[in-house]
Order: sequence, then structure tokens, then C-alpha cells
Amino acid sequence: MSAHILTRSLDRAATAFVLIVAAVGILIPLSNLLLPQGSFLQVPTYLVALWGKYVCYAILALSIDLIWGYCGILSLGHGAFFALGGYAMGMYLMRQIGSRGVYGNPILPDFMVFLNWDKLPWYWYGFDMFWFAALMVLLVPGLLAFCFGWLAFRSRVTGVYLSIITQAMTYALLLAFFRNDFGFGGNNGLTDFKDILGFNVQADGTRAALFALSCLALITGFLICRAIVTSKLGKVLIAVRDAESRTRFLGYRVESYKLFVFTLSACMAGVAGALYVPQVGIINPSEFAPGNSIEAVIWVAVGGRGTLVGAALGAVVVNYAKTFFTSGPLAPYWLFMLGALFILVTLLLPKGIVGTFNAWWEPWKAQRVSASTASAAREDGISEPNPAE
Amino acid sequence: MNVMDTRATSAMLYLDGVHVSFDGFHAINNLSLALEPGEMRAIIGPNGAGKTTMMDIITGKTKPDEGTVLFDGVTDLTRLDETRIAELGIGRKFQKPTVFESQTVQDNLLLALNVDHSVRGTLFWRESKAETERIQKVLETIRLTDARNRLAGSLSHGQKQWLEIGMLLAQDPKLLLVDEPVAGMTDVETHQTAELLKAINRDHTIMVVEHDMTFVRELGVKVTCLHEGTVLAEGSIDQVSSNERVVEVYLGR
Amino acid sequence: MSGHFLDRFRALFLSVVLIASFALPAFAGTFEDAVAKFANDEFSDTEAAIEAVASSGNPLAFPIISALQEERLSADPESKKVFITQADGKIIDAATGAAVDKLPDNAAPVRLNNRLRRTVEAALGSLTLLSPDPAKRVAAAQSVFKSHDENSLSVVEGALAKETDRAAKQAFTEARAAIILFKSDASDNDKLDAVSVIKSHGDQEALALLTSAGPDQPPLVAQAITGAIASIQSNLAMWSAVQNAWYGLSLGSVLLLAAIGLAITFGVMGVINMAHGEMVMLGAYTTFVVQEVIRSRYPGLFDYSLLIAVPLAFLVAGGIGVLIERSIIRFLYGRPLETLLATWGLSLVLQQAVRTVFGPTNREVGNPSWMSGAFELGQITITYNRLWILCFTLAVFAILLAMLRYTALGLEMRAVTQNRRMAASMGIATSRVDALTFGLGSGIAGIAGVALSQIDNVSPNLGQSYIIDSFMVVVFGGVGNLWGTLVGAFTLGIANKFLEPVAGAVLGKIAILVLIILFIQKRPRGLFALKGRAVEA
Repeated sequence: MSAHILTRSLDRAATAFVLIVAAVGILIPLSNLLLPQGSFLQVPTYLVALWGKYVCYAILALSIDLIWGYCGILSLGHGAFFALGGYAMGMYLMRQIGSRGVYGNPILPDFMVFLNWDKLPWYWYGFDMFWFAALMVLLVPGLLAFCFGWLAFRSRVTGVYLSIITQAMTYALLLAFFRNDFGFGGNNGLTDFKDILGFNVQADGTRAALFALSCLALITGFLICRAIVTSKLGKVLIAVRDAESRTRFLGYRVESYKLFVFTLSACMAGVAGALYVPQVGIINPSEFAPGNSIEAVIWVAVGGRGTLVGAALGAVVVNYAKTFFTSGPLAPYWLFMLGALFILVTLLLPKGIVGTFNAWWEPWKAQRVSASTASAAREDGISEPNPAE
Repeated sequence: MNVMDTRATSAMLYLDGVHVSFDGFHAINNLSLALEPGEMRAIIGPNGAGKTTMMDIITGKTKPDEGTVLFDGVTDLTRLDETRIAELGIGRKFQKPTVFESQTVQDNLLLALNVDHSVRGTLFWRESKAETERIQKVLETIRLTDARNRLAGSLSHGQKQWLEIGMLLAQDPKLLLVDEPVAGMTDVETHQTAELLKAINRDHTIMVVEHDMTFVRELGVKVTCLHEGTVLAEGSIDQVSSNERVVEVYLGR
Repeated sequence: MSGHFLDRFRALFLSVVLIASFALPAFAGTFEDAVAKFANDEFSDTEAAIEAVASSGNPLAFPIISALQEERLSADPESKKVFITQADGKIIDAATGAAVDKLPDNAAPVRLNNRLRRTVEAALGSLTLLSPDPAKRVAAAQSVFKSHDENSLSVVEGALAKETDRAAKQAFTEARAAIILFKSDASDNDKLDAVSVIKSHGDQEALALLTSAGPDQPPLVAQAITGAIASIQSNLAMWSAVQNAWYGLSLGSVLLLAAIGLAITFGVMGVINMAHGEMVMLGAYTTFVVQEVIRSRYPGLFDYSLLIAVPLAFLVAGGIGVLIERSIIRFLYGRPLETLLATWGLSLVLQQAVRTVFGPTNREVGNPSWMSGAFELGQITITYNRLWILCFTLAVFAILLAMLRYTALGLEMRAVTQNRRMAASMGIATSRVDALTFGLGSGIAGIAGVALSQIDNVSPNLGQSYIIDSFMVVVFGGVGNLWGTLVGAFTLGIANKFLEPVAGAVLGKIAILVLIILFIQKRPRGLFALKGRAVEA
């Protein structure tokens, strides 16, 4: 079963993507650790952490593309799932600090001591164990998405309405996490992490390992998404995207399909957040800001919605540009550029980079194929339509 | 529900005393209608007569305010949603041809096949020989074998209409609801469509909504004329078209 | 300045005469001894001194006590001399009123504790009870009401007998009732009368007074007090509900103002304009610019600045709206999700543009005189700016409704909403209607900005804080129906303000968001939804 799904998922472009990510995931950490400091090919640690952040964003972009590109659900609240995964990991990291905090309390994180709390709130129990935190990274965003989706999809809240209430959802969480008495560090969030699984989070080796792990997560997420979109399930999702009520009249329970991908996508976003937190060293409520979620959507649009490779590429390209411009003399103009990017991509490049490239490339390739082998080309029986077209 | 209860009706589809209103506008008004198994019925009527709303009620898209809608003599359709009704075996072709434009003709038919429609089933689906043959057969019936790998969006209007009928065939329902199948077709295509429907009618019950009188005449089946959400006349095309009230409604008073 | 001073002296003179006529104890000769007690630096002596001075009838009594309250009274413990540092910095001898060059080196301010501060207030109260200004008399009577100082009884009764002003008479009656209630040797009947007077006063203070008077009263009076407390409490609960309702209406009007333009662009055109909040912001900045010009060129026109800003803000925001529609949105019709993204990008650009031009910090927008201040209505306070905004919002709403109903553009807009294709085939230039509709919605957002500049910080982020709320209002109220927006805005406003005291401001807001999310599940098309086939179009 798994074999045929794998062969189906890995066409030439997908294989290339997986290989490139794997190479990056292996070579960058090796170069950072093995080559002498300052040598031309050595990747400095700060760049490893920075690129690790991009890879996490790429996973988030994949999760958004799965639901938006393939199923037409535009979530403006995916930042919330990302942040929840991040908080779950942050809670584990806080518990690992132990008595090394400023106040030296072996159980309570500093901010709780500061607030004069005398015992750990119940929802912090268990986060001292890595396996529990890792489970929560998947479970909390997944459960929220499931409940939210169950309510929304069953009542057929679609299109912009869904977008607006997902935005309201992340906004409500933003307000909640800003509160001190909510028990997640309020305004400052969770930070000053020390160890992860006994390794110092600041150490080069840990950072390199986290980077490699993020690449592995990106590959895994990509393969899961590929397996879904190349299965018949993927065809149903596209059918839902293009003609929802037609799909219903064919006897598909549309809400179940939406709920499935929405929940899966939220879990992926949670994993991205969980990998992001130890690499940037902080998680605070601003991750819930509605603006963040919309920005993540534009990564997907830039790369090409409905093309998984495009989503990942878009996340890296836009964030690289952001780092480049906001750290230079052009910093005050970054928001102009980002705003213009939103407008120009939707107006002039609706298929995104990869989608547009495919639109040029595919006909040319098809011509070549039909010229050489007329009949054998369709032997496989399932053609691979490009959903971006 | 009165005299006709407990499967007294042999009808495939049975509507009795159905009412629907939107914000005070009575779209369907005491509508009663029965379709026998294996029958093909043409529904005509001027714009706003309630034809599409009637199909919405049968397929669960709209809930009637009152009245009985029975399928196969036992199933109360007013309690079920679209998916459940489709699973029971009622297929619908929309007024505006609705196919999955970004997918191939073949995939459109594959999606329509009456097989496991659960999330699990589609995730772990593998193509089977039986399915491929079914698709092959439908493609031949709707004359789209050569276009099987083309995107549905690139088909001509008439081809889309046929593809949608083909999807109904792949779905293999007991009852087909066909809304304006020949709108925008050439005369030849219209003729071919009539032949197609007649062929399908050999083992399916069909309800066709159509404006095109030539087409309805060519089908040669019992005709029901709707007006203001209720049945105005019923009978052969000649009987109905010579009915004074029908003439009045169509030509204005 | 000097007139004011003269007033004060006349008042003092009057009070001296009056107090003398009530044959208060014969401390008069020992005024200087009384003042000297301030120098003992003992709280008990200070208290005795306050009472002696207050009842002395000496014209210096008022300056001494008020100086004591404001910590301008100093004493030399050795010479037992006491000095007043006047507001203008000059120093006089408290006992004689003679001017002094400078304070002695070891003079120290006379200290007060909290108990003494109350005594000081009470003393000042009885000194101003006889002020010629009715408003001051009322204020003084109210402070006696609070302190219910038995010593003031004779003054209050004397003043009451001569009082002609209705409000002051009422205040004196209540003050007298308060004193009698606490007077241990008053008769039961007098006390019962007092309770009923206090009960009719009916506010938080009356409640506090009755509650603290509760213990050691005769049984009959105690019973009356219990009854009065219950009645005041229910009365107060009612007023607090009224207060919440008013706050709710006020918040609702703000929400309506922010959402009404959105109701047009989203409701009528189906365009999600995420830059709507920025149109509001532009309106607020237009107000700022208008006020800057007025301040520097025509200061006399300041009170009219808002009247000038309203049409300008409408034109600025509306013009930019038309521009946006023509250059961006018209290419995206039928693609609502893309419109959402593009307009979000636009909102970033507009915010950053304003930040570049006007700076990132809050800009000062002033309230014209008719927008400042407040008045009391029963137990609640209503500020003029909130009241004006409510009236303004309702006026905008009414004008908009009339416009949609009676003008040609309104008719065309409704036609396009209901059936775009049909409207087009009837010869309506739908693209012109689209541009004008979008301009109208944006223009109204600009007007909203003028009003919001009066109650909120004018900063580049102004719009963002309203956009989610506005969408909630429109979605809750139902798309395509202005009445739905009205009901939605006021419902959300009032619900928010009634939840706030229970759950706190932030949790209340979260609760509202969650409730709306749940509500949309139940009624995906909002409160006042269009039904039937039109929905699918």
C-alpha cells in the first residue's frame, strides 16, 4: 500500500524537491560543524538558525497550501495553529529551565513566581516530559482545528466568511495570550530557554540538529501532502474547491473532507511552530497577530497556490527578502514592498512563480512527449493534471 | 400523508402538497407529482414556475415548509441532506453545466463513480479494472473517448453538457434529474441528446426540465407543465400544448 | 482674579455675620489661642484648633483651614506663631493677617492625618455653606451630607431656613437628614423622616451613609434603614443597567460608524475590503490636517473644524476609494479571496504611507468646545462627545438609507446588488455603479474617521483596531442589509458593555468573538439574511 502511494507521489519535480531539501538539511549542518570557523564554505551558526526559521515557515506554507491551494479553504488564522504548537514546545522548554531561572524556583517558571503564583496551573502538568509536549504540539492545534472546523464546515460557512471567522479566532487567541492570568507569560511570552532533551539550545550542535530536523519535517510534510493530493482524495479536494455543491450531489460528504485536511493542516502548522520556537528562542502572543497569518498566505500566493513546491519556495523567497530588506537601509520601505507584493501577485501573477512556470513548461513538455510516443504516454491510466491550471 | 401512506405508492418519486416560500414569495405552492419507476417525465413551464426549486427540494438543497417528498415509496427526502440523497441514488444535472473544470474528463467520471465516498476510501483508493471499464463505457456513450485526457474546462459547451450527463451515468442513480440538458446546443447536438436520454431511460427513471419544445416533443414522453409553483397541466405534449391555460401562461393574457 | 478674591471675602464676611448670629460659643476672644494650637504638632490639638477656628467666625478662618488642607499652613513650634503661605507666595501671620517677610527657619508645615483631613473637609464645608453662590452652597451641603458632622447642624438648619434656591434647599434638607440620622439624641420620628429623605437621594453615597448608620439605631429606625437600603440598591442596579446600556449604545454607534461603509462595499458589492480601516484612518488624519491649518491660520474657526473636516474626509477617503476600485478591485471581481489579499496589501501600503508622512506616533486632534464636557442624567454621566457621535451616526445612517431609497444612484446600487446581470442588461453602467458604490463606502469610512478622531488616538494603526470588529458587525448583522448592520452594531456594543463588568474588558471581548463564531455556525448568513435564489448568485 505505502509503496504504491510513494511511487505515485514522487514524480520528477517532487523527487528533485525532496533531494534538494535533504541535501540542504545534511550539508548546511555538516559545513557549520566540521569546517573551520571563518572558512569560505563554513555556514555561520546565525545563518543556520535563520535558515532553520525559513524551513519552519516553509512547513507552515505547505500546510496553508494544502487547504487553500487544493481545497479552497482560505484560513487567515493558521498563525494561531503555528503559535499553539510553538507554545506547547515553549512550555516544555520552560519546564526544562528548572531552578536555573532568575528566581531559582525548581517548578514554577519565572513569570509565575513574578506573579506570586504558588503552584503550577493544571494545564502546565506533563510538559516537563518531552513526549507529552510533542504530543500536545500535534494535539492542541489539531483539536482546535477539529472543533472549529466541525462547527464551521457542518454549517457550510465558506469563502470569505470562513476567512473572517478564522481571523477572529486568531485575534481572540491573541487577546487571551496577552493576559497575564492566562498563564502563558502574557506580553513577554516564553523565553530564556536553556535545554532541549538535555542539549543546550544555544549550542552549535543543537542548532545544526534542529535545522536538520526541520528539513526532515519539511520532507515528511511534503510527502504527506503529495500522497494526499495525488490520491483520489486529492481529486475530491480539487472538486470541492472548484464546485462544492456538485461534489455534494455526487454523494461526497464535503464537510468530512474539509475537516480532514483542515485538521491535518493545523497539525502540520503546529509542528512548524514547535520547531520554530527553539531556533528563535522565544514565543510570544504577537505570533497570533492576524497580520502574521495573512503574510503566510501571501508566501503561498507568491510561490504558487496549488503547487506544494511553490508554497515552500514562496515562504523562503519572501522571508529571505524580508530579512534582506529590513536589515538594510531600505527598512522603512519594506512594508511598501510587502503591500505591493500582495497587490501585484494577486493582480499579475495569480498562479505564483511555480504555477506560471508550469503554465509555460507543461505545454512544451506535452508536445515533446506526444511527438515521441503517441499512445504509450497514457499507459499509467491516471494523468497528473496540474491543479494550478 | 393520508391515503397514500404505507407504500401504497409504487412511484419512484412522489411529491404531495409541497409548499416553499422565500420571504413571503411562494416559490412552490401545493405541488403534487408522481413519477413511476422507469418513466421519463418532461417538466416544462415559464421562468419562475418553480422548476429549479422543485429539483432543489428533491435533492435536499432546499427544505420545504410543508408537504411530503417520498423516494422509492418509503424514504422521506425532506429529512436528508444532499450527500445522503445522492447516496440513495438520485443524480442531478445542473441548469448551468457544472463539471470539474480543472480536472480531466476521465477524472470527472472517476469522481462520479458510485463507489466508496469516504475520506479513508479515497485516500487509499487504487484503480481497479472494473472501474476503468465502466469509465470506458461511459466515455463511449457520451462520445468523449478521444477527449478523455483533456481538461473538462477546455470542452465545448455541448460536450460539457454531455460530460455532466456522463457523470450521472457513472453515478448510476435510480433517478436522474436533468435540468435543461440542451440549452445552448446545436440542433444536431439536441437530437443526439434526445437519443442519449432515451437510451439512458431504458434502465433509469428520468425527470427532464426543458424549455425547448422541439426537444420535448422528440422525447415523446408524458409532460407536466408547472406554473407559479403548482401543476397546471399534465399529459402528452399535444394535450398539454393545446391546453388553454398553458397557452395563456406561455403567451401572456 | 481680584473679583474672585473679593467674592471670597464677601462670602467670608457674610458667614461671619451669620455664624455670630447663631450665638456660637464664645471662642471669639481666644481666636489667637486657638490658632496657636496648630503649632503644638499634636493631632489632637490640631483637631481642636480646626474646630475652634471654624466656629470662630473670624474672617481668617477660611484662609487658615483651606491653607491647612493644601499644606500651605506652617507653624513655628517655639514662638507658637502660625503662618499662611498664600497662593501668590506671600506670607501672612495666620492669627492677625499681618504680612510677614519670610518664614522663620524652624517653621514646619502643619501635619494632617486622614482623620484630620476629614475634619478639615467638614470644617470647610460648613464655612462654604453660607457662600452667596448657590452652586457652592450645594457643594458644601453635599460635603456635609458625606461627613454628617453634628457641629454643622445648626449652620445647616439656619441656612435651610433662609434658602430660596431649589437645588440648594434640597441639598440642605439632605445634609440635615444625614446629620440627624447619626445624631444619637434625635427622636425616632425625626430619624424616620431623615431615612426617607436620604432614601429619595438614592445614590451610592446615600447607600454608604445608610449602611454605616445601620448599627446601634432604635429598632424602628433600623427597620426603615434596611428597607431604604434595599430600595436604593434596586434603584442603583437599575441605573447601572441604564449606564451600561448607554455605554453599549455609545460603543454600538462607534461600531456602526466603522462598519456601515463596509456594509456597503461588502454587502452591496460583495467586495472584502481589508483596507477599510485605513479609510477610517485617512478620515481621522484629514481631521488632524484641517485642525492644524485652522490652528495656524484661523484660530477662531476651531469650533467648526469638524464641520469642515466631515465633507473633506468624505472626499479624500471616497476619492481614494474610487481610485482603488478603478486600479485594483475591478480586476478582481468574482475572486473574493484574492480581493481580500490585495486589499490587505493595500492597507499595509496606506499605513506605511501615513507613517512616513505624519510619523508613527499619535497625533493630537482636539475636541471643539461643544464636544467637550458632560452632563448628569439621573445617576449617570453622559459626555457630549459620545452623545454627538451617537447622533451623528444615526444621522449618517438615515441619510444613507434615504440615499439608497430615493436617489438614482441608490436605485442603481440596489438593482446591481439584487441581480447584476439583469441590471447590466437594463442599461445600468455597472462598472460606474461599482466605482461610485466603493467610493461611497470608503467616503463613509472617512466620515467615521472624523468622529473616531474625537475619542480615539489618531495613529497609523487606528484603522486596524476597528477592522475585525467591523467585519464581525457586518457578518453578524447579515450581508446586504443596512438594518442588519444597525441591529448588529448595537447588539454587539450593548452585549460587550454588559459582559465587561462580569468578565472584564478583554475576556468580554473574547467572549463576544467566540459567541459570534458560534452564531455564524447557526446562521451562516447573519441575523437578517437574504433567502432564496439570490443567495447563490
